[in-house]
Amino acid sequence: MSAPGESGAPVIAVRGLTKRFGGRTVVDRLSLAVAPGRIMGFLGPNGSGKTTTIRMLCGLLTPDEGEGTCLGLDIRRDAAAIKRQVGYMTQKFSYYEDMSVEENLTFVARVYGLSGIRGHVDAALERLGLADRRRQLAGELSGGWKQRLALAASVLHAPRLLLLDEPTAGVDPKARRDFWEQIHQLADDGITVLVSTHYMDEAERCHQIAYIAYGQLLAEGTVAEVVAGAGLVTYTASAQTPRASVVELARRLRGLPGIDLLAPFGAALHVGGGDAALLEQTLAAVRADAAFSWRRDQPSLEDVFIHLMGRSRDNFQGAGL
Amino acid sequence: MSAAFSLRRMLAMIGKEFVQMRRDRPTFAMMVGIPLLQLVLFGFAINSDPRHLPTAVLDADHGPFGRALVAALEASTYFDVERMVASEAEADHLLARGKLQFMVSIPPDFSRQVARGDHPALLVEADATDPAATSGALNTLQELAEDAIAPDLTGPLALLKAGPPPFELRIHRRYNEEAVSQYNVVPGLMGVVLTMTMVMMTALSVTRERDRGTMENLLVMPLSPLEIMVGKITPYVLVGYLQVAVILAASLWVFHVPLVGNLLLVMLSSVLYIIANLAVGFTFSTLARNQTQALQLTLFYFLPSILLSGFMFPYRGMPVWAQTIGEILPLTHFMRIVRGVMLKGNGWTDIAGEVGMLALILLVVSVIAVRRFRRTLD
Ligand SMILES: Nc1ncnc2c1ncn2[C@@H]1O[C@H](COP(=O)(O)OP(=O)(O)OP(=O)(O)O)[C@@H](O)[C@H]1O
Ligand SMILES: [Mg+2]
Repeated sequence: MSAPGESGAPVIAVRGLTKRFGGRTVVDRLSLAVAPGRIMGFLGPNGSGKTTTIRMLCGLLTPDEGEGTCLGLDIRRDAAAIKRQVGYMTQKFSYYEDMSVEENLTFVARVYGLSGIRGHVDAALERLGLADRRRQLAGELSGGWKQRLALAASVLHAPRLLLLDEPTAGVDPKARRDFWEQIHQLADDGITVLVSTHYMDEAERCHQIAYIAYGQLLAEGTVAEVVAGAGLVTYTASAQTPRASVVELARRLRGLPGIDLLAPFGAALHVGGGDAALLEQTLAAVRADAAFSWRRDQPSLEDVFIHLMGRSRDNFQGAGL
Repeated sequence: MSAAFSLRRMLAMIGKEFVQMRRDRPTFAMMVGIPLLQLVLFGFAINSDPRHLPTAVLDADHGPFGRALVAALEASTYFDVERMVASEAEADHLLARGKLQFMVSIPPDFSRQVARGDHPALLVEADATDPAATSGALNTLQELAEDAIAPDLTGPLALLKAGPPPFELRIHRRYNEEAVSQYNVVPGLMGVVLTMTMVMMTALSVTRERDRGTMENLLVMPLSPLEIMVGKITPYVLVGYLQVAVILAASLWVFHVPLVGNLLLVMLSSVLYIIANLAVGFTFSTLARNQTQALQLTLFYFLPSILLSGFMFPYRGMPVWAQTIGEILPLTHFMRIVRGVMLKGNGWTDIAGEVGMLALILLVVSVIAVRRFRRTLD
């Protein structure tokens, strides 16, 4: 299969997707494009509409507005055909808890009409490392193991597009690393992946990220592009004397013009703002205090997201909602 | 592109349902326990006094007393003389099909024999499958007949008024000669128990998928509504059959209900009835949003089934609107089949109409279910 790259028609191409629940707009004119073999990270605060967007992509929800294609198939008209080629891992475990690991996998294999069901199931169990617990009920697995089972089941039919909704929630670091290794392996084989997550380190493992808040796409691109695009300037103030209080400093800075971001990290304070000139001006007064040393640094992805979130809330409320 | 319906996918669905049913032991035990419990509870019948029962008259006499009798029957509220029949065979046929409740035979020469004081017999045949339906009417019959003839006993015949009745009323209860109400109730109970358990089982099994969140996964798989429906229904057909076996065994060996007809007919029509009920349950699950609503719908359905199907109250005692509702309930038709075969010895041709109705109901309900089944989470 082709190496990951921008070549080929996008696997996901949607424009203006909108979903309302009882008059409340949950996804608002969202447009996305993901090229074949790419891993797209889908980020956003709780309730921002990630799950809703993913459900619209695989035909589980009908968009109120907007259009587009998944795997070249129309998301409105060809939902049935899309479903056959998509692997969807739900946020909440949705396999059968009263069935064993093996029974669940066998059911999936049979529904997709795979030939050589035993072989598929055995291979999946082997890969999962659950071969010796194949007869255990899925409901008796620990949370992390359930996630692993769900991933194994959702890739069983060799889908061309994987939609993963917070696949690593509650998974231990080692398993998380294995998980991502597997996702990269799949992408290398040409499978396109859209994965939602709340973890910054996972976002940084993606080829591309999209950040949404209140149903609106706020930033999209590679991690570097998103960080640069936010235009955020950050400083770290480190305490120089034992008596210098980071909390006290934060209190002094809060609400001053140009200060958009304040986050204590141990004995240091992270300070940032979208308007560089205004930020410098405000900080000039405080920097006279020798109790702290100031150093300009690179904003992290987390800084950027928190900044974006704050800004979008202002817009959201400003819009009269 | 795979076909809209695939046997493989359907079998996968059936297999999954079997696995889950096997794990759900308490429900399974309940399904076998309920019939036994119900049998004990409903062993005693409820009586009622229906009127306007369809009656036919075979008048071989053509004399004044015969005419007077027909007029009197028509005047009473218990009997509706719907037709005059020409032969015994025709009357038998109508009784067997349940078109008639009573058949009054006025023998040849009746008027003359009464006049001669020969005390001729007046034969009344009653469909006593449901004893409650006939008892009230039969009780009034003797008096009614005497009163009918009395005005004609004039002149020298006036003497007859004084003595014993000028004729002998001979009542012949057909199908349930001893008027044992259990004979009527127990076969009906089979239908009631199946309605209750079958409808609830499928109604819950689909909403359970929704409540547990597994529906999201099921819907994203390439399963069509029909495959899901057949998959959900099939395992419970076997459970329903187990119930049929339990109740039939109890009817025959505990309640000693006579089995006049062919047991095979009961067994075969039970399959259709079980599937129809499961399909009704599946339809409910497409209307309900969660398990609680599904249960409420089931109970809502259960009430008219018990009250209007002829199980609890004689069908003919109900007003027309209630009978109409009764006609669209599978239980009504199944009740007629089971009682007809077990107590009257109905054959295949006698029950064909009722079987056809069951099939029609199943078809209509299935179409609604497949149409209504939501393929999305909207
Ligand atoms: N079926 C529904 N009916 C009504 N409102 C809904 C429904 N599904 C989601 N919502 C609302 O839509 C909004 C977006 O929900 P969604 O699940 O898409 O968020 P999310 O980004 O996946 O959040 P999280 O990170 O917590 O998983 C939420 O406010 C939620 O309450
Ligand atoms: Mg979500």
